[in-house]
Amino acid sequence: MSFSWTRVGAILRKELRDYRRNRFVIGTMAATPVVFIILPMIQLVAANVSGNTAHLSLRIGLSLLYMLVIPVTMPSAVSAYSVVGEREQGTLEPILTTPISREEFLIGKALAAFVPTVVMAYTVFGIFLAAAALFAHPVIVSAIYAGTHVLVQLLFTPLLAGWAIWVGIAVSARSTDVRAAQQLSVLASVPPLAVVALMSLNVITVSTGLALSLAVALLAFDLLAWRVVAAMFDRERLVTGRRG
Amino acid sequence: MVGGATSSPGAARNRPGHAELVGEPALLVQHLTKRFGNRVAFDDVSFEVGFGEVFGFLGPNGAGKTTTVRTLGTLIAPTSGAARVAGIPLNSKNGPAIRARISIMPESPGLYLRLTVLENLQCFAKLYELADVRGHVARALRAVNLEDRANDLCGSLSKGLRQRVALARALLNDPVVLFLDEPTSGLDPVATREVHDLLASLRERGVTIFLTTHRLDEAQRLCDRVAILNSTLRMIGRPDELRTQLFRRSLEVRLRVQLDDPAALFGTVDEVERWERTPSGYTLTVSDPGLAAPAVARALVGADADILSITESHHSLEDVYLELIDEDVEAKSR
Repeated sequence: MSFSWTRVGAILRKELRDYRRNRFVIGTMAATPVVFIILPMIQLVAANVSGNTAHLSLRIGLSLLYMLVIPVTMPSAVSAYSVVGEREQGTLEPILTTPISREEFLIGKALAAFVPTVVMAYTVFGIFLAAAALFAHPVIVSAIYAGTHVLVQLLFTPLLAGWAIWVGIAVSARSTDVRAAQQLSVLASVPPLAVVALMSLNVITVSTGLALSLAVALLAFDLLAWRVVAAMFDRERLVTGRRG
Repeated sequence: MVGGATSSPGAARNRPGHAELVGEPALLVQHLTKRFGNRVAFDDVSFEVGFGEVFGFLGPNGAGKTTTVRTLGTLIAPTSGAARVAGIPLNSKNGPAIRARISIMPESPGLYLRLTVLENLQCFAKLYELADVRGHVARALRAVNLEDRANDLCGSLSKGLRQRVALARALLNDPVVLFLDEPTSGLDPVATREVHDLLASLRERGVTIFLTTHRLDEAQRLCDRVAILNSTLRMIGRPDELRTQLFRRSLEVRLRVQLDDPAALFGTVDEVERWERTPSGYTLTVSDPGLAAPAVARALVGADADILSITESHHSLEDVYLELIDEDVEAKSR
């Protein structure tokens, strides 16, 4: 049987409906962006533009780094719940008795975490840019818009989200407890953020070429992670708790 | 042990996906074994299930019933042996094709509780890639009499209603074989009766049903044939066949006063093979109760015995089941 986007769509729609009616998920998804828009705005408004440029640049980098924490932290809880949560609810076995392939199931689950995360992260970044333009000093505004800051945000938001989601699903497919899965997945999805942090804080001087190269590398990691997670998805172990 | 398939009269149907399977059993299982490490879930199991048949799969907890269903449903791989499920050889490559032709209703309904009944069914109809989602969902809801609860959240339904939604979900793809794993487990008597009525109506429609249960009244009432599993397949056949296979036919004779010399009296009746005393009379093992009863009555009247009753002994499926399981327990303790 060939890959079916209808089945992927069925999982995606089901997940989005489920999130919409789940206060915990709505609360988590809403609280994270609120926190991560207030803190960077305080950083920018409080920045001293007459000080040295390195300090100002660090402030801007830190503000923008907050934006990239959103795609790492926001999908972690949801993706970590994706498989082990279904197992705990008893809904995994009925799904696995349909013709759905593991790839279709995993893509559906990943998209359900990816779409709201990227939409939310881009929306928050848009609000941040608009708020900066309205309230921050013109020197800061021009520093934000200049260089690779916007490019880094646009490129790395979906790629970091992808990484965090696959890590979350991988942990979820191997866990027997939802809370342990969620804690582990947040921890495991942080490493790529370290590289981005070094870029945002100007420890690594970012050129457009370097940003693009790192984005390609992260994309390759995301694709590799998908294949690894698909290989880890063992119906027998998930249904019986034992390897065949 | 291999059991032959019996196709019920309603079996030859023109349901989608069935036409190309004419002449094949709905399920053909040959020497199937599943082990988890050193633990044997089931061993060397063979049987056939015909189209339109309701096949009961009985056994105590841990006998391997659910593992058999999961194996035939391609959720887990057999250790050895072969099977054809809905006409398709059982192997990992054929998993999606087999799952498209069958349905499994697990013991727990496994519904999305924050979704409505309709949303749950729509999701699964799309997972089966059904062409007319609305039509299939409407028919499934009608089959379980839940049309008026379509927009209720599954979380607000009683356990019995959730079981009906799970059954509707299992009917969505018009399965060639419908596997039901303990469908009445944990239900109260009213909800159990509702599920039994639904299964009876499916049976009348000629749906092939593989029913695992440890409720023997359920199996006796609903199943054309039953198999008793306790890691290995202990017996297979129609419930009445199993009774005659396992228990010799017998007469229960109740007398007001015990006989002085029962051996001499029963020895004169050719049809009586064996006799034993019971608190209220005698149990006679006979070749044919229809012939033996009048002969025994004549002999007793001739001996001036006061007869209270002469009745044929009836063994239930429960007697068969308990006899077999007791044999296993004794064998293990030896």
